Amino acid sequence: MQKEFLMGNAAIALGAIAAGVNVVAGYPGTPSTEVLETVAAHRPEQVYVEWSVNEKAAMELAAGASYTGANTLVTMKQVGLNVASDPLMSLAYLGIEGGMVVMVADDPGPISSQTEQDTRQFSIFSKLPCFDPSSVQEAYEMIQEAFATSRKYKTPVFFRPTTRICHAYSSVEVKDPSEYLTNEPSGFVKDSSRWVIFPRLSLANHKKIEERNEQLTAVFSEYRRNAFTEGASGLRIGVAAGGIGYAYAMEALATLPEEKRPSVLKVATPFPFPEELAVKFLESVDRVLVVEELDPVIERALLLITGKYHLKTEILGKMTHTLPYAGEYTADLVKTAMEGFVGAAATGEASGNAASAGASASVGTSASAGTSAAPEALALPVRPPVLCAGCPHRASFYAVKQAMKGKKTIFCGDIGCYTLGNAEPLDMCDTCLCMGAGISIAQGVWHVEPDTYCFAFVGDSTFFASAITEIVNAVYNQASLTVVILDNSTTAMTGHQPHPGTGKTMMGEVVAKVSIEGILKGIGLEFVETVDPLDQKASVDVIKRASEAPGVKAVIFKSPCVAIVKSGEPCNIDAERCIGCKKCIREIGCPAIYTEGKEVMIDRSLCTGCGLCTGLCPVQAISHGKGGAAL
Amino acid sequence: MTDIQNKMMENAPAAAGIQKNLVLCGVGGQGTVLASKLIAAAAMEKGLQVMSAETIGMAQRGGNVFSNIRIGEGLYAPMIRKGEADLILGFEPGETVRMLPFLKKGGAVVTNLKAVKPTTASLSGSDYCGEQMVDYLKQVIPEDKLYLVDGEKLCAELGSTRCLNVVLLGAAVRTGEIGLTEEDVLAAIKRIVPARFLELNEKAFAAAK
Repeated sequence: MQKEFLMGNAAIALGAIAAGVNVVAGYPGTPSTEVLETVAAHRPEQVYVEWSVNEKAAMELAAGASYTGANTLVTMKQVGLNVASDPLMSLAYLGIEGGMVVMVADDPGPISSQTEQDTRQFSIFSKLPCFDPSSVQEAYEMIQEAFATSRKYKTPVFFRPTTRICHAYSSVEVKDPSEYLTNEPSGFVKDSSRWVIFPRLSLANHKKIEERNEQLTAVFSEYRRNAFTEGASGLRIGVAAGGIGYAYAMEALATLPEEKRPSVLKVATPFPFPEELAVKFLESVDRVLVVEELDPVIERALLLITGKYHLKTEILGKMTHTLPYAGEYTADLVKTAMEGFVGAAATGEASGNAASAGASASVGTSASAGTSAAPEALALPVRPPVLCAGCPHRASFYAVKQAMKGKKTIFCGDIGCYTLGNAEPLDMCDTCLCMGAGISIAQGVWHVEPDTYCFAFVGDSTFFASAITEIVNAVYNQASLTVVILDNSTTAMTGHQPHPGTGKTMMGEVVAKVSIEGILKGIGLEFVETVDPLDQKASVDVIKRASEAPGVKAVIFKSPCVAIVKSGEPCNIDAERCIGCKKCIREIGCPAIYTEGKEVMIDRSLCTGCGLCTGLCPVQAISHGKGGAAL
Repeated sequence: MTDIQNKMMENAPAAAGIQKNLVLCGVGGQGTVLASKLIAAAAMEKGLQVMSAETIGMAQRGGNVFSNIRIGEGLYAPMIRKGEADLILGFEPGETVRMLPFLKKGGAVVTNLKAVKPTTASLSGSDYCGEQMVDYLKQVIPEDKLYLVDGEKLCAELGSTRCLNVVLLGAAVRTGEIGLTEEDVLAAIKRIVPARFLELNEKAFAAAK
């Protein structure tokens, strides 16, 4: 044993290595990304790691590897599970031979996601067991137990941390490499009665799955991470909690005098629910406060059990509006709710609503919670996320905007840094739904409004992940739209992961680049042109021609992400020449350009010297720094 | 007694069961993450339990970012409750003000003076500037608990815009509110910062008086 200061995701990765993982696959997505990256960085011999093109591919690859007896880990964020749900739902019926842990990170808030969906619900839906860690240390140990459970029952299992576990850091006791388990895959054994899914097999396995899960409710009641701790004697109130909610609840309890501390039911396996343990807990209390982020999963399970066993215990939580459904919970919110709950018990108030103090407490991330501090007169700046200074996407959006001025257009966005193109003053993202959706949404609009110039913007990694079939669909169904591929040679938003177009794999191999242009031409597009967006004149020209050409057209704006290349010399503003019209700020909204009084300035620590601003100044007051490229 | 326990006994915060709660805040890209890692590494080296949390993902792109660092015993969660931070280390004065609700009564504030004006403020013609924020801090924080650092000037003297985080970290450590000595944190800098940047960072650490 040794102690290390680890990010939650790193602890999960080291736990998987300690459990003898053989194959790790995933697709980047906040807050899950660092798990796979950490395995790759620490990779022992015989462990294969890859960034797959999307979550579905990762899930299927892991399934195949697990058929051979390998231990596999699949990593993704919660919305990635939607993409991978097709193979997973069927795999749940077939099971596996080795161990398979599906690590899905949920994002209450949401801080960096489209939805606040709860993977514990997916676990119930798919009938697969779910492990839900409440701390970084527990995550390290629990993923090893998840592997053991998966191997024992020959089924994939979910491991579901949330942002405050994934991205928290903690001192963690970790095993020495000599204590790691190893796994030698036994090899794939042909058996079509096991690996080929047919209705008859599904029916037979469905019965087995229900039996197994019933058995697991008993097994999990004995699992040490599900725990019932009795509170102060004579006090018939309890708190049930899981995930980071448990951590907040325990911190709130620590502030109470001992004689006021409620009993605690810690739920580490929200499915199958530890029923026998929960019954013991519920029989010992008259009233329960449930603390859990996202959906009321523990709350519903407790309500079901009170019904099944005819218990009179009152359950307070989201469904009683004692705590909110939406948004991230804060330590403050939980403390307020706890004080209301314990206070109501002390004064003998019978109504459940007496504990609803927490409902009025504000929900939000810590970053936004503090705005009430300053007096109203002191306006704190709003800081929406923006495209970086020098980001080539800004130049791409600006070129399309210039080219299509005055025309009836729709600009369908997608998932990635370029979603930020929606911000003023660019305002170049009219829709955004999910990975790859922009192309088919543009197609849908075009079929109804064929007089609209329909554009779909898609990044290079998203193109490979889920845009190709959409483009095929648009071509096949005779749509007219322009696909704009923003190729910055990386997966930027999640921290610069390689993808098929980069010519590198997660194992560090240099491989042939998969050509976006080649794919588009292969699909049958006649108009495919590649241009550097920083060459605005050429870019505007290409977009004008593309928009007027028939059918499905593609323009590839190719320029690397500024975070992966060395910056050029910053641009300069000639204060003598500058007339203070602020066109540079109004038109492109670059964070490196700001005003101080009436003067327009360039922040030299931010400017990368891309020079987009130089071309639009009406009096040519902005010049490239020395060595800057003149266009 | 083990070495770790010995170290803990020597250290006041752990021995007394005291927690230290620190909030670092600023704007994405200012380097709050490295500063929090250095504090955590220094505390770990002393055998103390550490938890932290920080902003990662979309908000990093020019948004307001924070780190919570908690040192001591009896920790369950990495997040700090309002009114419980011993110290706020602000990389930007408006962000320092934003985080004030987390400061405990009698807590200390170390802030950089230079404002980062977001594009939205420049677009709307807002007069947001650092002075307003610093004036407000002077009103609400007692003089002996408020430490103002001209990070821009100090970085210019050091010849690098990239060492603001270590300049501010030095100032924060010297308040004595973190419970770590300068030697503790300098040792962590030596371990973590690449050798070619070490000299610059050692100078930066000592820059703020």
